[in-house]
Amino acid sequence: MVPLSYYLALSAILFCLGVAGFIFKQDIITVFISIELMLNGVNLAFVAFSHALRQIDGNIFVFFVMVVAAAEAAVGLAIIIAVVRNRNTLDVDQMTRLRD
Amino acid sequence: MQLTLFLIFAVLAVAGAVNLLIQRHPIYSALSLVTVMFALAVEYLILGAEFIAFIQVIVYAGAIMVLFVFVIMVLNAGEVAPAPKSRVAAWIGLPVLALFAILVIGQVYGAFGATQLGLGEYLVQTGPVGNSLFHDFLLPFEVTSVLFLVGVLGAVVLAARQNQAPKPAIAQAEAEEPKAMAAGQR
Amino acid sequence: MSTVAFFLISLVKCLIVLLILLTAVAYIQLAERKIVGRMQSRVGPTRVGPFGLLQPAADAVKFILKEDVIPDGAHKFLYILAPILAVVLALLSITVIPIGGTITVFGVQTALQLTDINVGLLLILGVTSLGVYGVVLAGWSSNSKYSLLGALRGGSQMISYELALGLALIGPIMLAGTLSLRGIVEAQAHLHWFIVPEFVAFFIYLTAAFAETNRIPFDLPEAEGELGAGYHTEYSAMKFAMFFLAEYVNMITVSCVATLVFLGGWMGPLFGPTWLHMVLPTVYFIIKVCFFLFLYIWVRGTLPRFRYDQLMAFGWKVLVPLALANVMVTSLVVALR
Repeated sequence: MVPLSYYLALSAILFCLGVAGFIFKQDIITVFISIELMLNGVNLAFVAFSHALRQIDGNIFVFFVMVVAAAEAAVGLAIIIAVVRNRNTLDVDQMTRLRD
Repeated sequence: MQLTLFLIFAVLAVAGAVNLLIQRHPIYSALSLVTVMFALAVEYLILGAEFIAFIQVIVYAGAIMVLFVFVIMVLNAGEVAPAPKSRVAAWIGLPVLALFAILVIGQVYGAFGATQLGLGEYLVQTGPVGNSLFHDFLLPFEVTSVLFLVGVLGAVVLAARQNQAPKPAIAQAEAEEPKAMAAGQR
Repeated sequence: MSTVAFFLISLVKCLIVLLILLTAVAYIQLAERKIVGRMQSRVGPTRVGPFGLLQPAADAVKFILKEDVIPDGAHKFLYILAPILAVVLALLSITVIPIGGTITVFGVQTALQLTDINVGLLLILGVTSLGVYGVVLAGWSSNSKYSLLGALRGGSQMISYELALGLALIGPIMLAGTLSLRGIVEAQAHLHWFIVPEFVAFFIYLTAAFAETNRIPFDLPEAEGELGAGYHTEYSAMKFAMFFLAEYVNMITVSCVATLVFLGGWMGPLFGPTWLHMVLPTVYFIIKVCFFLFLYIWVRGTLPRFRYDQLMAFGWKVLVPLALANVMVTSLVVALR
């Protein structure tokens, strides 16, 4: 028997590590990966609550989060490819202007 | 025994996340995230969400992260050297982030009493998930399919190489080939 | 039964399955060389042992004793990880494949399957989608142009066809009403094999399976003579043997799934004494799987290979719409039933 709080604590830790990656990392792909880590942490919280409250809605919501994460990853990576192709660098600090 | 299982995979998930932050090369970060996803898939299985666990493996670890790995290879990403000013940010920022994490965990920890989750108490089978998706959540389902269509179109348009000129008929193209080659190399 | 007994029995089953699988892979490889040889009007290997039957042993010794080379600029960790990943994932999918009903050996009753989870087919699909990592990481970490090209082509081919694979399997899943492999086989009792109503799905599945396992006519990622050896160009000795092993185990897995989902698994006429009742289902299963493996080898000796753009166009523009149409028709039929 694992307390619900343990799952939520794990979810919070993963989310905060994702935020840390998002803020501190230097190359844009790792920043994107940290966003996915944040989404995963949140998914864990949803599934834990779904089990605790005996409702299926949590699982359905996780399904939708995954779907939206997939669409977001596809479009975001396409943007990254376009931007990197133009600026020739992966450094986030160089991507400060909308136009060269 | 459930606690042992939970702890093993929780430690694995956190170790993967920390490794994601430590590694310099994006490919190792991506693979660390795949490890985290695996650990979370096992956690979902412990929580009885078997469908979600395998969808996590198939969709998230098996498709989205493959997309990340592909992009890293196509862009030939290498290690990006850390900028000097980010040291200061790390010295101030990381303690603040740790404080934030402690606050969040403190809030969620006591908020739900002593609710215990037992292994096998609530098993979500695929049938009910499908039923719920197509009856109660039909509108979000259809909206996400439109979202996917838009996403695919957007990704194809954004990532396509910018063509110099619209392609003429074949004979004309063969005649203009040297000019097109020079224009394409610019 | 008690936990300890369950663990012990599972361990014994794991070891038996592993042993049989590794031997089977070696002899399938020999069978392929001999059958393709016969199709090309020559005999295959005949020198080692009677009819060349000890050739796999000679190959194994060669692989073990060969020098293990790691290229200079390779990313070492990923270079070593890729073949391990390929083999582990290939062997993982065998855990949910049932080869027969329940048998009673020495008074112990056990199912001829390592584990019967409710979502067995999803595990196989998951392992298939993770197989892309083995290919892509191998090619990229080798730090070589041929490998990278082979890896990118192989990876995108596997992703595209795994969509068609999954969609093709939805039809039989709807007819059976369950994702568990044992449940799907038991829904095909009394000669209601799913190949009859789902023949379109069967052909889509077979084609997608050929593409997933990177076999001719879809083997451009490892095309000898075009790309060096594709994504495993830079691999030698034991690591190459592991890729090899992974490919053949994938072939076996895919053939097993085709048998289970479309040809009724171990269903067949049972006759004779009781002990024969326990053995016959497995025999039928093995015969059907061998038929699919022979099909693989036959196609290899016969067809030329697809060009890459033809391959991708076929996967996306023909197979996926066909599979979707199949899903729609099947769901209509099931709903009206």
